[in-house]
Amino acid sequence: MSELSMREAYGRALAEYGELNPSVIALDVDTAASTLSNFFAARFPERFFNLGIAEPCMVDVAAGLALGGFVPFINGFASILSLRALEQIRTCVCYARTNVKIAASYAGVSDFKDGATHYSITDLANLRALPGMTVIVPADAAEAAVWVPLVAEFDGPVYLRISRAGALPVHQPGTPLHIGKGRTLRPGRDLTLIATGSMVGRCAVAAEQLSVQGIEARLLEIHTLKPLDGELLLQAAEETGALVTAEEHSIIGGLGSAVAETLAERCPTPLERIGIRDHFCPTGRDLDQLMDACGLSVTGIIAAAQRALRRKDHSLQDTKRKRKLQ
Amino acid sequence: MTALTPEKVSELEEMARRLRVDSLRLIHRRGAGHPGGALSAAEIIAVLYFHILRINPANPTWNERDRFILSKGHGSAMLYAALARRGFFPLSDLDNWGAVDCPHQGHPDRFKTPGVDMTSGLLGHGVAIGVGLALAARLKKQNYHTYVLLGDGESQGGIVWEGAMAAAKYQLSNLTAILDYNNVQLDGPVHEVMPLEPLADKWSAWGWRVLEVNGHEVRQVVDALRMAIQIHDRPTILLAHTTKGKGVSFMENQASWHGNVPNAEQLNQALAELGEAMHE
Repeated sequence: MSELSMREAYGRALAEYGELNPSVIALDVDTAASTLSNFFAARFPERFFNLGIAEPCMVDVAAGLALGGFVPFINGFASILSLRALEQIRTCVCYARTNVKIAASYAGVSDFKDGATHYSITDLANLRALPGMTVIVPADAAEAAVWVPLVAEFDGPVYLRISRAGALPVHQPGTPLHIGKGRTLRPGRDLTLIATGSMVGRCAVAAEQLSVQGIEARLLEIHTLKPLDGELLLQAAEETGALVTAEEHSIIGGLGSAVAETLAERCPTPLERIGIRDHFCPTGRDLDQLMDACGLSVTGIIAAAQRALRRKDHSLQDTKRKRKLQ
Repeated sequence: MTALTPEKVSELEEMARRLRVDSLRLIHRRGAGHPGGALSAAEIIAVLYFHILRINPANPTWNERDRFILSKGHGSAMLYAALARRGFFPLSDLDNWGAVDCPHQGHPDRFKTPGVDMTSGLLGHGVAIGVGLALAARLKKQNYHTYVLLGDGESQGGIVWEGAMAAAKYQLSNLTAILDYNNVQLDGPVHEVMPLEPLADKWSAWGWRVLEVNGHEVRQVVDALRMAIQIHDRPTILLAHTTKGKGVSFMENQASWHGNVPNAEQLNQALAELGEAMHE
């Protein structure tokens, strides 16, 4: 884990950016000391609104501020924003196309001490299904900071998924990012690891270990789950023929689903999904152990890669056999 | 806002009558809609659109305009009739209301109907969105006033009170809510479905100034809305006591007319009761 948590990088970046853009407003729901929107609050008290523990209200107030010409960043726990406030987000942000930015903190299982009520393992599924929503998942603290101005200056609703914790660092500060454009972090032709959020760093470790075994895994970071970079995925499927997706999220409706949906239509390819396999996760002593216990371990990624490779070999043999029969 | 002469009162009353006629025709032609809650809001909408709101039909997105949110979005027929009569678009634009190629939606959509400040439909959002608009006006030092029209049944939802709390916290005197208190909702009388009383005490305890009016008395509605603008330390709500289906005998106070559509015969009777025969 890096020293700086993703939430702190985000909170500091928002406060810094607030200096440059007077249209930016921050709202919170009695979690400013947790989401770290309190950096912004301290610097711009007149542009900060704490609405108490009322996430649906915060979304609607932000919609009103957006109608009034501001760029509101709403801050809260991903679990509540993506569930209790989902109707407000659907109706008053997506359908009404208000320029609201949702900084959804404590995402995934990053609030490891608090357990399943606080984990957010379906938010990507919920948000990705909404027309007009852009969904972004930073991989580490440095990346979270880079997104703040990009998200603020993008015209339209954005869901920015923020971890409570740090993550294995994969980016340098100021790394160039583009909404909707995935990144190739490692070349490779044997298979492709496709990761988002905290699993990007874990996949990088897995790729190193696979390399020692003589397997060269390509590593793609899909930070924008919507709109998805279909071309990059298609290229990886065609060139490597075996895929593993990895996300700190349910295997239902998140990155794995998005990749499967896209490639099933355009280039069906052996695919293994690393994610939380449709269950509620327990409380943990620390995030690394909890993630391992939730099926998100590096060894799990490596095992999935090996399964994907075996399926690729089988399908190649099938193809050869069919060619011989012809 | 001009002085409220007896002529102006008559004019607003006549506009309310006309909007009722328009709304029922629209709902009948479309074969869908919500007559009960449209009719109960006729005077409120007439007063807002033809006397109170500072708006410019030639420039619907004029930045200094007063804002209006129809939180009870199912009252769309009444809103559309008012916007058309006020000159935002020809009433004939609603001839094919309900068809997929008609821009005007079943519930108000801010991108599709000129003059609609905020999309609405599912209940409960208006007050909290109004808080955001009122805060924005304060931050930008703009003078516009934000008005929200909500229903009574809608007030059973918690988000209304979350918004009310926020408005009180920030002492948003540039926000005025109007509650169309017709006391009937889809499944029956409000006091049977889920009692709201003592509603004035509740809003008052929530930090709002409460003004109770007969929502069908134009002069009372105007006076209360003017008074609301003079209150500088808190938001104001008008509890506008109204009659669901007002003006049409067989619709009045009938939950069955919340979302029912009059057939040709019923429409003719309703229009006759609204005095339409005398005017055409």
